[in-house]
Amino acid sequence: MLYREAGQYKTSYSADQAMLTIPLDRWFVFALTAFAIIGVPLLASEYLMGSILIPVLILSIAALGLNILTGYCGQLSLGTGAFMAAGAYLAYKIATNIVWLPIWVVIPLAGLCAAAIGIAFGLPSLRIKGFYLAVATLAAQFFLLWLFVKVPWFVNDSISGVPPAPPRSVFGFQVTGAAAGNEAKYLFVLAFVIALAWIARNLARSRIGRSWMAIRDMDIAAELVGIRPLPTKLSAFAISSFFCGVAGALWALCYINSVEPTAFDINRSFQVLFMVIVGGLGSVLGSFLGAAFIFLLPILLNSAPGWIGYSVASDTITHIEFMLFGVLIIFFLIVEPHGLARLWQIAKEKLRLWPFPY
Amino acid sequence: METLYLIFIDPFVQMVVEPAFLVEVLIGGLTSGIMYSLVALGFVLIFKASGIFNFAQGIFVLFAALNFVGLMDLGVHPILAFVITIGIMTALAFVVDRLVLRPLVNQDPIILFMATIGIAFFLEGFGETLWGGDVRPVRVGIPDAALFWELGFGEVLVQSADLFAGVIAAFLVTVLALFFHFTPVGRALRAVADDHQAALSVGIPLNNIWVIVWAVAGFVALAAGIMWGAKLGVQFALSTIALKALPVLILGGFTSIPGAIIGGLIVGAGEKLFENYWGVPLLGGATEDWFAYIVAMIFLFFRPQGLFGEKIIERV
Repeated sequence: MLYREAGQYKTSYSADQAMLTIPLDRWFVFALTAFAIIGVPLLASEYLMGSILIPVLILSIAALGLNILTGYCGQLSLGTGAFMAAGAYLAYKIATNIVWLPIWVVIPLAGLCAAAIGIAFGLPSLRIKGFYLAVATLAAQFFLLWLFVKVPWFVNDSISGVPPAPPRSVFGFQVTGAAAGNEAKYLFVLAFVIALAWIARNLARSRIGRSWMAIRDMDIAAELVGIRPLPTKLSAFAISSFFCGVAGALWALCYINSVEPTAFDINRSFQVLFMVIVGGLGSVLGSFLGAAFIFLLPILLNSAPGWIGYSVASDTITHIEFMLFGVLIIFFLIVEPHGLARLWQIAKEKLRLWPFPY
Repeated sequence: METLYLIFIDPFVQMVVEPAFLVEVLIGGLTSGIMYSLVALGFVLIFKASGIFNFAQGIFVLFAALNFVGLMDLGVHPILAFVITIGIMTALAFVVDRLVLRPLVNQDPIILFMATIGIAFFLEGFGETLWGGDVRPVRVGIPDAALFWELGFGEVLVQSADLFAGVIAAFLVTVLALFFHFTPVGRALRAVADDHQAALSVGIPLNNIWVIVWAVAGFVALAAGIMWGAKLGVQFALSTIALKALPVLILGGFTSIPGAIIGGLIVGAGEKLFENYWGVPLLGGATEDWFAYIVAMIFLFFRPQGLFGEKIIERV
């Protein structure tokens, strides 16, 4: 590795408690963020930004949300899609009814609404756990989607039921709707990603994050050492749903440019769950790696046969994709339950000693 | 006031005024309930024996039916196709046991649950790759005709295929009950279900038991798949319908075979009744999508072990 941890002394408590304690790590993250903000919009093509980076970033937020609930707090949820839908529909409702409200306030507000719904559906988690809870979250998935489709109030009585995203601007640049430029959308989404990732990372190592992990590892023991299960589990549900709600709102307003129920069906829930499993349960970095991996894999599969001059029917590709996902899930659960994030960590530890492992 | 009337009085008035319609709705609900029951039965078998919650059971139904129909389309005689499919499901049970369950022994139930989601996805892709994604009708000579029953209060329309499905389901449950009570393998399965270590100590080989149980679940899946296919055609929507087996299990209890059957019937009849008497007039229809889940969720608050479940769920 290029840097060593030896000799990196910390001389104050604040330095010891910093999020990234090693200077080079810190500079690397700063540089990456700066590159994402300045470099990518200058260099990346329209296609790369509009069709790959934006959805991957948005799905990363959703994966972060599910990771808080499933990875950190140990509560399995199959209702991610519904909480995303809640964010999307409520963001649309708020944005179109309170027109003067800036869009960067609307989206967190929609996230808060999703959080309230998440708490309501998280209530059963106080009495049940494991796959019993999975069924309760399935109830959220099916019921909420039905509600959003059946109640025209949510889409302002739009006749088609699939209203286009309202055009809104930040600093004079349009960031939502079909007419907005990809650079503006990308930067808008990126701002949310950076803020939420920073929040998630700090939540995970704070008092609340530690109590989530205690509940996950052994709930009875956690209760005995004085962690109250009720606020702990419900806060995990609330914060997780907030992240999912923000992701859903961004997905509808900045990516697909319309509010439609099919974008948030049960398959979306599974997709995000796979991202979390493959990326790494209980890891912020893993959420990003998982989202990128699961989203890019089908694209890669679709274009790979073309590169080697071989054409395959698109439905065959879909089938192979399903099989590959299944195998990957099982593979990761067996070999590396902590996912890509753990692989990255192992690689770093190996490289730290390389080339002199003794 | 009018809303309250529509919710609490009007549906019951209609039920009394038009009993023939009520009976038809009930029969329709019970027949779809039988299908839920059969899927749930597969869940219960595996859960009892190994404590694994097999999310892939719905796909098993689909996969078995696909193989069966695919073989028949190749010109194989139905009975031979049935036997071959049982062979395939047994082989599948073996592969799942060796490649997925063995390496994950002693992991959290939740990890195993997610592994079965992986199995489900793999099988869905695999089945489609093998046999294509079209809707295929099943023709095994199940009579399909509309019968009219003359009851005391009017005529009731019944599909003979539905009756047939009911008979098959009853037969299947009887066979399974006999199997569990009177054969050595069945007794061994029940012993393992009760207590793994005690079963091991009296000399029951755990190794094969899991394969057997998954194979039996595969057999149940095949029966469910054929019946379901005869009604709707073998199609990939089956796998999402099979998710309904989860609330059925919560209602009936995760460890009870009669519970799975009765839970399925309750869910099937309940959602049809709710859809016809409350859903369509008051809520704009399509309530079948979520009714079972919401009922299950409410149920979890008051009786988490289900109607017939054995023990109280560990609670925090």
